Amino acid sequence: MDAANEPRRSDGEPREGSAPHSSNVPPFSRDEDLHAYREMLLIRRFEEKAGQLYGMGLIGGFCHLYIGQEAVVIGAQMASKDGDQVITGYRDHGHMLACGMEPKGVMAELTGRKGGYSRGKGGSMHMFSREKNFYGGHGIVGAQVSLGTGIGFANKYRGDGAVSLTYMGDGAANQGQVYESFNMAQLWKLPVVYMIENNRYAMGTSVSRASAQTDFSKRGISFGIPGEQVDGMDVRAVREAAGRAIEHARTGEGPYILEMQTYRYRGHSMSDPAKYRTKDEVARMREESDPIEQVRKRLLGAHGLPEDEIKAIDAKVRGIVNEASDFATSDPEPDPAELWTDILL
Amino acid sequence: MATDILMPALSPTMEQGKLAKWLKKEGDAVKSGDVLAEIETDKATMEVEAVDEGVLAKILVADGTEDVAVNTPIAILADEGEDVAQAAAGGGGKSGGSQSGGKPNGAAKEGGQPAPTPDMQAEGRAAKPAPAAKTGDDAPVETPAAPAVISNRSADRAMAEIPEGTEMVSQTVREALRDAMAEEMRRDGDVFVMGEEVAEYQGAYKITQGLLQEFGAKRVVDTPITEHGFAGVGVGAAFTGLRPIVEFMTFNFAMQAIDQIINSAAKTLYMSGGQLGCPIVFRGPNGAAARVAAQHSHDYAAWYSNVPGLKVVMPYTASDAKGLLKSAIRDPNPVVFLENEILYGQSFPVPKLDDFTVPIGKAKVHREGKDVTIVSFGIGMTYALKAAHELAEAGIEAEVVDLRTIRPMDSETVVESVKKTGRCVTVEEGFPQSGVGAEIAARLMVDAFDYLDAPVLRITGKDVPMPYAANLEKLALPNVAEVIEAAKAVCYR
Repeated sequence: MDAANEPRRSDGEPREGSAPHSSNVPPFSRDEDLHAYREMLLIRRFEEKAGQLYGMGLIGGFCHLYIGQEAVVIGAQMASKDGDQVITGYRDHGHMLACGMEPKGVMAELTGRKGGYSRGKGGSMHMFSREKNFYGGHGIVGAQVSLGTGIGFANKYRGDGAVSLTYMGDGAANQGQVYESFNMAQLWKLPVVYMIENNRYAMGTSVSRASAQTDFSKRGISFGIPGEQVDGMDVRAVREAAGRAIEHARTGEGPYILEMQTYRYRGHSMSDPAKYRTKDEVARMREESDPIEQVRKRLLGAHGLPEDEIKAIDAKVRGIVNEASDFATSDPEPDPAELWTDILL
Repeated sequence: MATDILMPALSPTMEQGKLAKWLKKEGDAVKSGDVLAEIETDKATMEVEAVDEGVLAKILVADGTEDVAVNTPIAILADEGEDVAQAAAGGGGKSGGSQSGGKPNGAAKEGGQPAPTPDMQAEGRAAKPAPAAKTGDDAPVETPAAPAVISNRSADRAMAEIPEGTEMVSQTVREALRDAMAEEMRRDGDVFVMGEEVAEYQGAYKITQGLLQEFGAKRVVDTPITEHGFAGVGVGAAFTGLRPIVEFMTFNFAMQAIDQIINSAAKTLYMSGGQLGCPIVFRGPNGAAARVAAQHSHDYAAWYSNVPGLKVVMPYTASDAKGLLKSAIRDPNPVVFLENEILYGQSFPVPKLDDFTVPIGKAKVHREGKDVTIVSFGIGMTYALKAAHELAEAGIEAEVVDLRTIRPMDSETVVESVKKTGRCVTVEEGFPQSGVGAEIAARLMVDAFDYLDAPVLRITGKDVPMPYAANLEKLALPNVAEVIEAAKAVCYR
C-alpha cells in the first residue's frame, strides 16, 4: 500500500478529526453505480415501507430504520467476497438486504409472520441467514462485536480465507467487550473488519456527549489495529476503504477498523422524541450528502443514463417492496405449536 | 528452641502432597527465604521456603515420599547456637517455620489446623488416609468408607449405564474431565478448548493438563483475562459450527460473561427460527471451594437452570464427570457444565471403555432405600450420602437420587422414588430462594402430591453471602446433621 492509498490511517500521527472528503476516491463504472443505486434504493424503500407498516400497527416492538446509512453496507458488500460473513446490531434490515436475503422474508419477520426468516420468533432485531452468511441481528448493544470476532476466530481456525465484517454503531463502540475483542483479534491476527457506523447519535446522545475520543478510527490504537475515517455517505469511498481493510484481514495481517461517518435521517427507533437534534441538521444532511442522490446524479450526469431508466429502476424497486409488504401482511401468524420449537436441537 | 517445619498446603483444598525433593540437607544453615524443598500435588509444584533462620537439624520425611498430609512435620529446624543433635532428637517445640510459595494458608501456620473444608467424610470419597484434623470440628475423624459407587447396595443400578464386566479404574474427577476433553478432541477436529491458563499453565486447576502438548496451541487457546470477550468469541465460533469448550477459571467470573451465555448462546436458536445452533460447552468450577469468601463461592446451578435454551450439568462422580462432559461436547446445544474444586481431587471408579458417555438429562439412583428420598447433585451428594449412611444406622433407609443434570431435569426418576418413599429432602449448596430444591418441591407437589406423607424439606446453603471466617463458612454451608435432621423430620422420627 502506498501512502496515497491510505490518507486517513490513524495508526500514525494523531490527526484532527475533520470530516473526511472523498473527492479522490476511484470512480465507479456505470454498472457499479447502477448496482449501488438499485441496492441502496431497495433498502431506502424497504425501510420507508417498514415505517409505514409500523405506523399502521402491523409491526410491533422496536423498529430501527437504516435510512441515510445505506452506502455503508452496500459499499462494504461490494468489496467483500462470497463466504465473508456479516454480523451487526439491531439496526439490521439494510444488512440483511445487502447480504441478499429475501425482502419478503425480512418484512414478514417484521410483521411476526410464519414466513419470516425466524418464523416470526425473532422480529426486527433478530434475523439470521446461514445460507447468506448473515449472523444477525443482535439486540444487546456490543455483543455482536465479540460474536463477530469469534466468527473471525473460526475463519482462521478453518483456514478458509473468509473475513468477518463486524458492524457496530458509535454507541456500541463504548462497550467494554468491544475492546476485549479488539485485543484478542489483534493478538491472534483474526480476519475481522470492524465497521463502526458513526451516525452521530447513540439513541439521543450525540457522540460528543458520550465519547471522550470521538475519532473512532483511533479506538484500536492501543492494540495496534489500524483504522480509517471514511465518508460513509459516499458508496465509492466505502467500497474503496472496505476493500483495503478486507484485504488486510484476509492476508493474515489481523483486524482493521473503519469508522463510517454516516447519518440516520429517522429517529433511533419509531418512538423517537426528535428533541436532541434540529430539523435543520437533518434537512441539511439529506440535501447535501444523501448517498442515493449522489449516485443518481452521477448516473444521470456523467454516466448519461436516461431519466426513464432511473424511473424504471425506481418502479421495479417499489414493486419488490410492495410485494414484500403484501406477503408480510397476508402471511399467517406462526402456528401456536411454534411456541415450543427451536428451543433445543 | 527447635521448630517443626510442616508440610504446607498449596491451596485451600489441598489435603496431601508429595515431598518431591529436598534442596537442603541436614546440617545446612538456613536463612529466611531459602528454598528448602519442592512439593507436588497432582495440580502443582511448589517450593517450600524457610521463614525462620537456623540449621536444618533433621529431615523427617524423605525425598519422594507420597501422600504427605498437610501439617505433617517434615523437618526440624534448630535455632542458631542451639545443639543441633538435641534439637533433632527432641523435635520442634513450636510449629510453623515454613510456608508454601503459593497461597499462604493462614490456618496451617498458626494453629496447625488446615482450613476447614466442607464435610467430606461422605461415603463417596475414595479411600485415602484422611489428614489429621481435617474437618476443623470437634468430632472424631472417621476413616472414610470405600468409594460409594462400588460399596453401595445400589451399585448395580448405578452401573446400569456401564456394560457388565467392564473393568473399572480409579480416577480423580480432574483426570476424568481431562480424558473426556482429550478423547473428544481426538474424535473431532472442530473441538477446541479456550480460557484463561488452559494451555501453558496446564489449567488453573490442572483440568487441561497435557492438552497443549497433544493438540497444540491452535486447539488449546490461552486467552487474556477477558471473560466477557472470550465467551462471545466462543459463541461466535460455535455459530459457525465449531465446538468450543470455554473454560471459566470459576463460574464466579462467568458473571462477566453471562450476557453472552444467556442472550447469545441460549436464545439464538429460538430467535433464528431454528437456523443458528450453538454447540458450545461452558465449564469450570462452581460453588464454594474453601475459604475463598463470597465472590468466589457462588453456586450458579439454579441461575442457569432457569434459562430455556441451555442444558445444565453438575456431576458428582468422576465417572459421571467423564461421561457427561463427553456428551456435553457432542451436544448441539449450549451446555453449562458445573464442576467443583473440592471434588477435583477425589477418586472414583471410572469404566475403562474406549468411548464411555452418560446421557444428559438422566438422574441416577445412587443408593436405594425405602423410607425417604434425598435428592442432590454435585458436591451436595457428599452430604446426602453421608447422611444416608448415618440414617441407615438409625434404621432409616434413605434413597439418594443424584440429579446429575439440572436442566432438563429428570423429574421422573425423582417422582418414582418419592412414590416409593413418600418423603423427600433436597440438598444443595446454593441459596434457598428459587433454588433447585424449590423447583423439585414444586414439581413434587404437582406430580407426586398424593404420594407425599410429609412436606418436602430443603437443605441449602444459608441465605447469606459466603463468609470468609472458618467457623462462619462452616455455618453457611449445609451439613450432614441438617440433612439427617430433615430426613428424620419428614419420617416423623
